[in-house]
Amino acid sequence: MSAVATPVVEIPRAWNLPYRGKVAMASLIIAESAIFTIFVVAYLFYLGKSVTGPTPREVLETPIFFTICLLSSSITVHFAGKSLDRNNRPAFLVLWSLTIVLGGLFLFGTGREWHRLIYEHGLTISTNLFGTTYYSLVGLHAFHVTAGLIMLTVVLIFGLAGQVHQDQFRRVDVLALYWHFVDAVWVVVFTVVYIVGR
Amino acid sequence: MSSDAITIPALQVQEKPWVDALHEWVTTVDHKRLGILYIVYALAFLLFGGIEALIIRIQLMHSHNHFVSPQVFNRMFTMHGTTMIFFVAMPVLFGFANYLVPVMIGARDMAFPRLNAFSFWLFAFSGLLLYFSFLGGSGLYGAGNAPDVGWWAYAPLTARAFSPGHSSDYWTLALLASGFGSIGTAINIIATILCLRCPGMKLSRMPLFTWLNLVMAGMVLIAITPLSAAQIMLLIDRYLGGHFFDAQAGGSAVLWMHFFWIFGHPEVYILIIPSFAFMSEIVPVFSRKPIFGYPVMVAATICIAFVSLSVWAHHMFTVGMNSYANSFFAITSMVVGIPTGIKIFNWIGTMWGGKIQFKTPMLFCIGFLFQFLIAGLTGIMLATAPFDWQLSLSYFVVAHFHYVIVGGILFALFGAFYYWYPKMTGRMLSETLGKWNFWLFLIGFHMTFDVMHIPGLLGMPRRIYTYEPGRGWDTLNLIVSIGAFIQAIAILVFVANLIISYFKEAKAGNDPWDAWTLEWSTSSPPPAYNFATVPVVASRRPLWDLKHPEDPDSLYE
Amino acid sequence: MFALSSLLLAPKALAAPSPTSIFAPQSTPAKSILDLSIFVLSITGTIFVVVCTLLVYSISKFRAKPANANSEPAQVYGSTQIELAWTIIPVLIVVVLFLATARVIHAIQDAPEPAGAVEVTAIGHQYWWEFRYPKLGIVTANELHIPVSDPSHPTPTFLQLLSADTDHSFWVPELAGKTDLIPNHPNRMWMDPHRTGIFLGQCAQYCGAQHAKMLLRVSVDSPQDFAAWVRGQQQPAVQDASVMAGRQLFEHTACINCHTVSGTPADGRFGPDLTHLMSRTTIAAGATENTPQNLRQWIEDPEEIKHGSLMPAMKLSDQDVDAVVSYMETLR
Repeated sequence: MSAVATPVVEIPRAWNLPYRGKVAMASLIIAESAIFTIFVVAYLFYLGKSVTGPTPREVLETPIFFTICLLSSSITVHFAGKSLDRNNRPAFLVLWSLTIVLGGLFLFGTGREWHRLIYEHGLTISTNLFGTTYYSLVGLHAFHVTAGLIMLTVVLIFGLAGQVHQDQFRRVDVLALYWHFVDAVWVVVFTVVYIVGR
Repeated sequence: MSSDAITIPALQVQEKPWVDALHEWVTTVDHKRLGILYIVYALAFLLFGGIEALIIRIQLMHSHNHFVSPQVFNRMFTMHGTTMIFFVAMPVLFGFANYLVPVMIGARDMAFPRLNAFSFWLFAFSGLLLYFSFLGGSGLYGAGNAPDVGWWAYAPLTARAFSPGHSSDYWTLALLASGFGSIGTAINIIATILCLRCPGMKLSRMPLFTWLNLVMAGMVLIAITPLSAAQIMLLIDRYLGGHFFDAQAGGSAVLWMHFFWIFGHPEVYILIIPSFAFMSEIVPVFSRKPIFGYPVMVAATICIAFVSLSVWAHHMFTVGMNSYANSFFAITSMVVGIPTGIKIFNWIGTMWGGKIQFKTPMLFCIGFLFQFLIAGLTGIMLATAPFDWQLSLSYFVVAHFHYVIVGGILFALFGAFYYWYPKMTGRMLSETLGKWNFWLFLIGFHMTFDVMHIPGLLGMPRRIYTYEPGRGWDTLNLIVSIGAFIQAIAILVFVANLIISYFKEAKAGNDPWDAWTLEWSTSSPPPAYNFATVPVVASRRPLWDLKHPEDPDSLYE
Repeated sequence: MFALSSLLLAPKALAAPSPTSIFAPQSTPAKSILDLSIFVLSITGTIFVVVCTLLVYSISKFRAKPANANSEPAQVYGSTQIELAWTIIPVLIVVVLFLATARVIHAIQDAPEPAGAVEVTAIGHQYWWEFRYPKLGIVTANELHIPVSDPSHPTPTFLQLLSADTDHSFWVPELAGKTDLIPNHPNRMWMDPHRTGIFLGQCAQYCGAQHAKMLLRVSVDSPQDFAAWVRGQQQPAVQDASVMAGRQLFEHTACINCHTVSGTPADGRFGPDLTHLMSRTTIAAGATENTPQNLRQWIEDPEEIKHGSLMPAMKLSDQDVDAVVSYMETLR
């Protein structure tokens, strides 16, 4: 069991490589972006091609309020992270909870819209191409919001139990990055579905 | 000197009961063990996929044969393709990456060891799920059957109307799961390479093996996910009444093709780029020269990665796209051949002026060079769209891609096995059995896949369980089938070599090949922690610098 | 090497025996493709010879010999000029190849349809071909008749390709490259055969269990023969009183749900049109010859001939099968 020594020529002064959590989350975001891109492409491709049934123009109502909720939650999560970095744990907990509430509001809004679409307009995933692509795309996003909310809640629980410290800021930041991604995807989905698609 | 040997006195290592050893392997998060698990798993599935291939070849030995029914044959080619791509090629390449990347960059393990283990077991489960379809495919009633829709599962053949039962669902779910496993591994590889390199190892000093696996991992992120997306859409169609690919509701079968090939074409580059990685490590060592044109090799690989994202519809030249689209994909498909060709020239440039040793790993690499050249050239033929209007969907294409995958990837893999087996096990592989392996496989390979081009040129389509006599295909198919059996024997020789050499062959030292990258500085096999002290490097070939202190690489880079 | 020589010899040695060789084109699209392919083969062949020579030279000249094994060779790291050279030359080759390719793509795909063209709509089914001639009022199956095309006043055949179920592909190598039949995605192709005769092909896109036996038979006829065939196909079904028993059976069992016999109540479209069944050489899309025994076997139990085809076994008694077969035999 012997190791051959490697020559020491010069030890680099500062050898700082990126934080692996950030790199991993960035990679995951790239992969997820590809999935969303495919669903967006399908949505755009099938615009106007439904053979029957309600069209986007007839049934969609732009969810301005709930969009604002979701996009604000990006701001709150950003400042929550900053607070933790400055060891201001109460502020971190408040802002973090606010993020969850805003995200939850967004989900509630999506649910309410779907309820209206299904029961008032008879639009389901199997009604026509619009129904299929709409529920798939918005649903995929809502699924990612839900997963994010679950993770945020887990961190909140640990935070309330006093287990989240200033030196774990980097980890919390990774989750915040995911949350920003979810919001960015919503910007795209919103544009495609409620602006371009009508 | 900065490093010290840490030895464990032999007396302290006790005999473990086998249950404990098994438990260790099942719960391991060590990248080396996971790498070996991936490789062994892939070899097992290689045998399944190979049996499926032999069944196909027996059925096609002559026209109007009745060895298997059409339904069984269709399952065989579906499972053969799916198994070989997803449960042989992907895992074995991930296995080598898993084992070697941390050691080559001077790290102790991958960035996320538990994610690594999770990815492997997800992969393993998905393979078993796919094969369970042989038992459970038809749902509760019936004897069950495996998917029979082809490995590319074109819509609308996969719709409930045309594929009742659950065989298509096994295909979809197994590949969804294995896709997520692949993404996990890709994330791990990227994070490891970007974040865990030892001091001094700038990106421009990494072994080409790690560079190419970095590029491969990046491609996995953006190429596997379109397939996952399309499969989710397929499940929505099949179970939620969706219409993504439902022609009656205005859906498009062509959309599935686009999504599948947006995955499918980069996928084959995901498979070949690690093979390039093997070549780029082995050829220099056995030519006794550094790789010719390291920066160009990196640039060419990145170029290939980008261009390969723009060529997918060359699988769809017959689908009826307009002439501008066809021209676009024709030119991008030709352009991707340029950086690929450059790499071939660089390997030849490495050998040029060297002192080539014809050990088994190098024999396989030379075979790769000849065969990959031919495969690339038949690829250029297929890229000229009108020629493809005759050749597409025929045995010419089957011959072309097997030339790449078997003649290219598998040969490079054999080279990798013979080269790194000593590092992984501490024993050399038998050179004699290795040469038998090489020559038998070479003969069988050429007998099968050279000849296979011809039925395609004579009008034989793919995916047919039998064919008419009088088309001129009979004798050719017979020769192809015989070659398949010769290759099967060669594989058995290979497996025998792996097993026998573990017990019989000479002990390999740290560095049996007199090589230059960091993995050869640790013991064979490396200890669990890889390096007692983290190495510091000053050039691309740290061990060359050590062995030739009067002429270190660091002066020339 | 074996690969290259087999590719080069194939055209010469094997064009004659195989009726589906891409090297024996008898129609303009197939001929343009062959010309392009010879050009491509010569370029790739040259590349192969050059690179192979370099490879063989390097492994023979630069092998380690016992005499010099102890020292390392000169460590060369690269060369910008060489890299440039072997980048620029392939770029030029690609440009040339692409220009040749684009020209042929446009020539074939964007060819205008002349006035004298015959129009056929081909509809792919699992596992048979439906052929309709809209302007001539003809519906037939599996065996396509088209006129030979004289270059001086061409009468090419333009096919519109549709599908009733899954994806298929129309491939008759001696007449044209293949084009797919995809549901909800009409495609178009053309061919102008230069000589009369029978041309063979088959479905090239995996469409299910019996993809292998979805064969194509194209009969290229002289103008007179084609006109005669058209006239025959345009007639309604032959009414022969001697097979009334068989005809009654046909019309009162499930046959008429799938098959059409023009001039009778049978108007199903799931299966082939049988009005002129006896004008075809084969049945079951080429799976077997059109003889009374085979026809009888097909009606009695299609699984024996084409396992997995969508025609059900009608479970008729022997007498009934004979009656129906006799009726079918009159449908000339």
